[in-house]
Amino acid sequence: MTIEIKTATLEPVRNTYAHIERRFGDKPATRYQEATYDVQSEKYFHYRPLWQPEKELNDPSRTAIKMKDWYDFKDPRQFYYGAYVQQRAKMQEVAENNYAFFEKRNLMACLPDGMEAKIIKYLIPLRHLEQGANLNNMYACSYGYGTAITQACLYNGMDRLGIAQYLSRIGLIIDGNTGDSLAEAKQAWMNDAIWQGIRAAVEKMIITEDWFEVLVAQDVVLDCLMHELFYVQFDQWLQDNGAQDIGMLTEFMQVWAKDNNRWIDATLKIAAAESAENKALLETWVSDWKQVISEALSPLAVEMLGSDALALAESALDKRLMKAGLFK
Amino acid sequence: MAKKLNIKDKYRLLTRDLDWEFSYVDRKDAFPFEEFEGIKITDWSKWEDPFRLTMDSYWKYQAEKEKKLYAIFDAFSQNNGHLNVSDPRYVNALKLFLTGVSPLEYQAYQGFAHVGRQFGGVGARVACQMQAIDELRHVQTQIHAMSHYNKFFDGFQDYSHMHDRVWYLSVPKSFFNDARAAGPFEFMVAIGFSFEYVLTNLLFVPFMSGAAHNGDMATVTFGFSAQSDEARHMTLGLEVIKFLLEQHEDNVPIVQKWIDKWFWRGTRLLTIVAMMMDYMLPNKVMSWKEAWEVYFEEAGGSLFKDLARYGIKMPKYAETIEKEKEHVSHQAWWIFYTHGHAAGFHTWIPSDEELDWLSEKYPDTFDKYYRPRWELAKEMEAKGERFYTKALPQLCTTCQIPMGFTEMDDPTQVCYRDSVYNGDRYHFCSDGCKDIFDDEPEKYVQSWLPVHQIFQGNCGGPDVENVLSDFYRMNLGEDNMDMKGSPDEKRWKQWKGVA
Ligand SMILES: [Fe+2]
Ligand SMILES: [Fe+2]
Ligand SMILES: [Zn+2]
Repeated sequence: MTIEIKTATLEPVRNTYAHIERRFGDKPATRYQEATYDVQSEKYFHYRPLWQPEKELNDPSRTAIKMKDWYDFKDPRQFYYGAYVQQRAKMQEVAENNYAFFEKRNLMACLPDGMEAKIIKYLIPLRHLEQGANLNNMYACSYGYGTAITQACLYNGMDRLGIAQYLSRIGLIIDGNTGDSLAEAKQAWMNDAIWQGIRAAVEKMIITEDWFEVLVAQDVVLDCLMHELFYVQFDQWLQDNGAQDIGMLTEFMQVWAKDNNRWIDATLKIAAAESAENKALLETWVSDWKQVISEALSPLAVEMLGSDALALAESALDKRLMKAGLFK
Repeated sequence: MAKKLNIKDKYRLLTRDLDWEFSYVDRKDAFPFEEFEGIKITDWSKWEDPFRLTMDSYWKYQAEKEKKLYAIFDAFSQNNGHLNVSDPRYVNALKLFLTGVSPLEYQAYQGFAHVGRQFGGVGARVACQMQAIDELRHVQTQIHAMSHYNKFFDGFQDYSHMHDRVWYLSVPKSFFNDARAAGPFEFMVAIGFSFEYVLTNLLFVPFMSGAAHNGDMATVTFGFSAQSDEARHMTLGLEVIKFLLEQHEDNVPIVQKWIDKWFWRGTRLLTIVAMMMDYMLPNKVMSWKEAWEVYFEEAGGSLFKDLARYGIKMPKYAETIEKEKEHVSHQAWWIFYTHGHAAGFHTWIPSDEELDWLSEKYPDTFDKYYRPRWELAKEMEAKGERFYTKALPQLCTTCQIPMGFTEMDDPTQVCYRDSVYNGDRYHFCSDGCKDIFDDEPEKYVQSWLPVHQIFQGNCGGPDVENVLSDFYRMNLGEDNMDMKGSPDEKRWKQWKGVA
């Protein structure tokens, strides 16, 4: 038996907003499309910013990268605000269960001797690095052009704050909420020789002017190398040395990196494919920053993982760069 | 056993403690805009976090809100929720909202992202970042809420293109451009404090309760859903003011000047809300005058009493504004009615019932000054001579509203002020707007005044018609003109099965 449900169908006058129709044709649009394309004001600004009178308020010339259409930077995840927070909420729910389980079973006490010190020295200082990443992505968000790329930078910036907070919580589990381990890790970040190279590189990145260069330095080069060293190789080392439970506390970062790489890889690819000039520029930035960051990370990588670690991380980076169409 | 951390200490460790003193570069190069406005910050660590929300909770709460919100949007469009509005005239208030207000949410996102990067204090920075992402939420949920209306009514379809160009939309656009073009502290006083804290209730409560009174579930829902965000924004705005005033006594006169400026600019912007409440809502909530009394005179009055201990006084021209509440809505709707051919929404003469309501709500002014105009308009319309002004209005250089406001002590006399700068004469609608110009003429001479631009041939032409259809991309005969005889009205009658 078939049941016929009668619904009143009214003929709509149009399927979507006119600017969406101009881009994609007269058909129903996705929420991502309506929330993203052409939302940012393009023209006829009233006043030059007092803080940068040589530019307009929204100005594509804040980077040397040139795009015919800044909305080419489609996010493969199609994150608009609602999609973004719902996705992250799922991830945080898993993280919350992991942290709760870890604490309930007091798994920190089951770690082999000396392991806590290693985590404080190598993992917890990353909270400051993430704070730098927050600043850098907010920079790209606020100086960038077009809703497509700037909203993704904003989501990334907020993610980094969240990751910095998760890393801090690992410290608080170790020190029983006294904050001593965070203080110790901050000391390492501020004074330990092995951290100074990378801290200097981060500080330099923070004052870099071209926002797309900042994005390349942070989200492409530094993030990839850092991820390979800390969340792949150091994670493996933890597993090999009886500290695999720490993986419960860094699962968020693992899942996050996969998700984020989809976006940043696509972004790099689109920018490079736009023109030979863009590609050359991106290659210069990548090479320059790869050198700076590799040198900076080297003492840390050697001490933490041995002499092959950095080369391994670099080859992972090179693979991703190739996929994005660079250096070929 | 782990000790219990109180929320304040926990938040400090999870947020404020992430920052560090730079050793390898000059911190001033990282946060270069903190000094040029003359504001003195002696100690960022004195910043009191206005709310203590970590990212994990933020994701969780906001995702719950979004889930509910989008479930209602889906149901709204499945059930053709637009058929439940009180009267199709109501939808014009939404057109004004999407073209005039939603793009401001976007500019708020951009402005807060900028200060959320540029403030040297990590506490302030993070609070601003959270507001940035909230504001992005607002613009996107509004676009999604209106998406269904756009499918069935004219005038929504090119909101973004229109916001950048259309003559009356330069009023809200320039307001936010002004704030974003300012330094980071002025931005916070302009938007965080004056707009979000002092005036926000006068913008959102009228629109949201207007929606509730007129059967618009989609708008009511996003409005309510945004409210808990707004509560955070308000505490941030208040903290900024207190922080600036407590940091250094030299900040007091600067902050006072900004309050005076942004309060004036804000009330000018709210003219569109005044008009919406008194003329565009078929089911009225309260009059603009009543709203002003409740949300500004009472609430604002006690706020400024509170700030008096810092040496902050009531905004300049508060008294003028008290008189304006009797007039602005009537003067503004008249401007739109007479320029209805150039508006992206429909205009109309209030019904007899509505005219009586206005007489009742404005006993001192409506019958005396404004009702006769509408009676005349009615007569003309009855003769088939619906009146449209052919002339383009002169705009105030500061607020960009057509020069139609009168002297408040003589409502028959249009108010004109002017200033000469570098040999050119600039015109203003009021003393407030003239003061703002005189303080920063080099900024306001840059104003992209839509009418000047039309005269200079920068908006196509040769006729106004061409400007409207080609440059503004209005669908003439559909988006503009009187509600009577509009395609909106025809379709509505068809859906409702009335002749
Ligand atoms: Fe908002
Ligand atoms: Fe807000
Ligand atoms: Zn004015």
